[in-house]
Amino acid sequence: MYSRAYKSLVSVPPLLWVALFLLLPYVLMFAHSFWAVQQGVIVHHWNLNNYKTLFAKPLYVEVLFRTMRIAASVTCCSILLGYPLAYFLSFHARARKELLYQLVIVPLWVSYLVRGYAWKTILGSDGVLNGFLQYLHITHEPVAFLLYSPFAVVLMLTHIYTPFVFLPIYAALEHIPRPLVEASHDLGANSFQTFFRVILPLSMPGLLAGATFAFLLTLGDFLAPLLVGGPSGTMIANVVQSLFGAAFDWPLGAAISVFILMLTISLLFLSEILEKRWAYK
Amino acid sequence: MSASAANSPEQASNSTGALLEVHGVAKRFGSSDVLKNISLDIASGEFLTLLGESGSGKTTLLRLIAGFEQPTSGEIWMSGERLDTLPPYKRRVNTVFQQYALFPHLSVRDNVAYGLRVKNTPAVEISGRVEEALRMVKMQDFAGARPSKLSGGQQQRVALARALVNRPQLLLLDEPLSALDANLRMQMRSELKSLQREIGITFLFVTHDQEEAMALSDRVALLRNGALEQVASPREIYARPATAYTAQFIGQTNLLRGEILRGIATCGVLRWPLEEADGPAIFSLRPEAIRLCADGKRQTTEVKFNGAVRQQLYGGATELLEVECGPGQFLRVRLPASGPITGENEFVFSIADAIRVQE
Repeated sequence: MYSRAYKSLVSVPPLLWVALFLLLPYVLMFAHSFWAVQQGVIVHHWNLNNYKTLFAKPLYVEVLFRTMRIAASVTCCSILLGYPLAYFLSFHARARKELLYQLVIVPLWVSYLVRGYAWKTILGSDGVLNGFLQYLHITHEPVAFLLYSPFAVVLMLTHIYTPFVFLPIYAALEHIPRPLVEASHDLGANSFQTFFRVILPLSMPGLLAGATFAFLLTLGDFLAPLLVGGPSGTMIANVVQSLFGAAFDWPLGAAISVFILMLTISLLFLSEILEKRWAYK
Repeated sequence: MSASAANSPEQASNSTGALLEVHGVAKRFGSSDVLKNISLDIASGEFLTLLGESGSGKTTLLRLIAGFEQPTSGEIWMSGERLDTLPPYKRRVNTVFQQYALFPHLSVRDNVAYGLRVKNTPAVEISGRVEEALRMVKMQDFAGARPSKLSGGQQQRVALARALVNRPQLLLLDEPLSALDANLRMQMRSELKSLQREIGITFLFVTHDQEEAMALSDRVALLRNGALEQVASPREIYARPATAYTAQFIGQTNLLRGEILRGIATCGVLRWPLEEADGPAIFSLRPEAIRLCADGKRQTTEVKFNGAVRQQLYGGATELLEVECGPGQFLRVRLPASGPITGENEFVFSIADAIRVQE
């Protein structure tokens, strides 16, 4: 088989990488979350105060809930857009399938920032949308809530994450053997019954994977709120960013990060369990 | 060639008792004619087999009847009602698919109950009928299992129960035995036959296996390149093939190409009297119609010839000989097994067994 030298040659670098850039930062973050700041200096004084602050201060709880609300909205909107699209492509697009598929994928190659600024131009007070609404005399002055609001954040993130939701759903739908759909019709089920009794259950693993993508990616997003969120659209990642930056409260920032990390890990676990439950064959 | 009634559909269903009538159906995919002007009646309670090579259009015809495809032209009627304009879920037709197509996310019981559930059958009735259907195919002990836990033969039975529980007027079976191994296929073949007798539902069976078709069917419809070659009972189609293709496809045969001239048929060295119009002719002579002529005598209704045995293939109950009866003229002869045969021998066959066939 392989020599000892060869084995260590291929296994040591990646292990070092993981230890240095993954484990060590996590350990540091974990440790920081139990320390404190006194007179602008981080002191290694072990305590649980950061976690207490996180749950006691209405500001953090509110932002946390808003973040989850936004993540849930983005997930729902992406599924509502992505599922029908994937269904149409997989079952009805026929010859145009490849072209449409590429059209869905292309936005993924465009920089996140570019897309963010594009929404800013569209939604702003003298943006494209407001100009259009006034031109049509639907409104007489710029609609303010369009930009710098949770609405804008949901809109932008839905736009960005819909392809992520679309892809696993599309893959799941493509894997459904077509004779199953024919068998369903053959047994007397119309298209609606076939969808809800055969296609939807069999695409659940893909739907779940897509939903997990959208929810978790939104949960950790801080650019969208920064670009289009405004004060009312601030999310938890922005809080962490400011705690590590201007506020210089690394311990509290680390505590929030640890909390978000735990939340993410448990959601991934949950989604994996459900995916296994719904995976047939 | 076709078994179609000349009557209009309504009259036909009343007078002939046909359950399904296919009238001049054609199907075209792009530029290829998969089915060309097919007309076929299926009687109520009949076991009819669509037999043909791959690409002959047999599966397409089945899919037209099930409703998965629309005919390019022609009509399909069932019990006096137009069938081809109905969506598949409104047809009283059920299909057993080639790969069974069981729903992987449902248990055996829920698979069988599927058709009843989507038609809002009362729950009490569903459980009784599902139970009954599973008993019929001897799968009642597997009601709670997922399809992936079952063997091919077991999945096959569940697929059958799932179709039959709906009490269809017509059951379509698309090569249902082809995915099974040889032994299981033989067993399922006989079970399928007795099941059909028992419940009396009309079966339309698709296969490329002529032996399977012969063993199971009341009638065989042989398809060739999208057209019906011959429709007849297995015995008739074997004994009186209409064309050279049929004769060769169903069982083994010797095709004798020759001509008829002034009341004498001549095929190479073989000659016999035949009162038919002069011209070229093809005859089908089954290998088992030829026998050894031990005493050298022949009846006036028989043809005798000398042949050299070139090869002998032992097949258990019978032997297949390859006999050269003239320069370059070979005949296959099937004899009851009786030990090695070599050299020149006299053979004989009855003139009546040389069946004249079309090209």
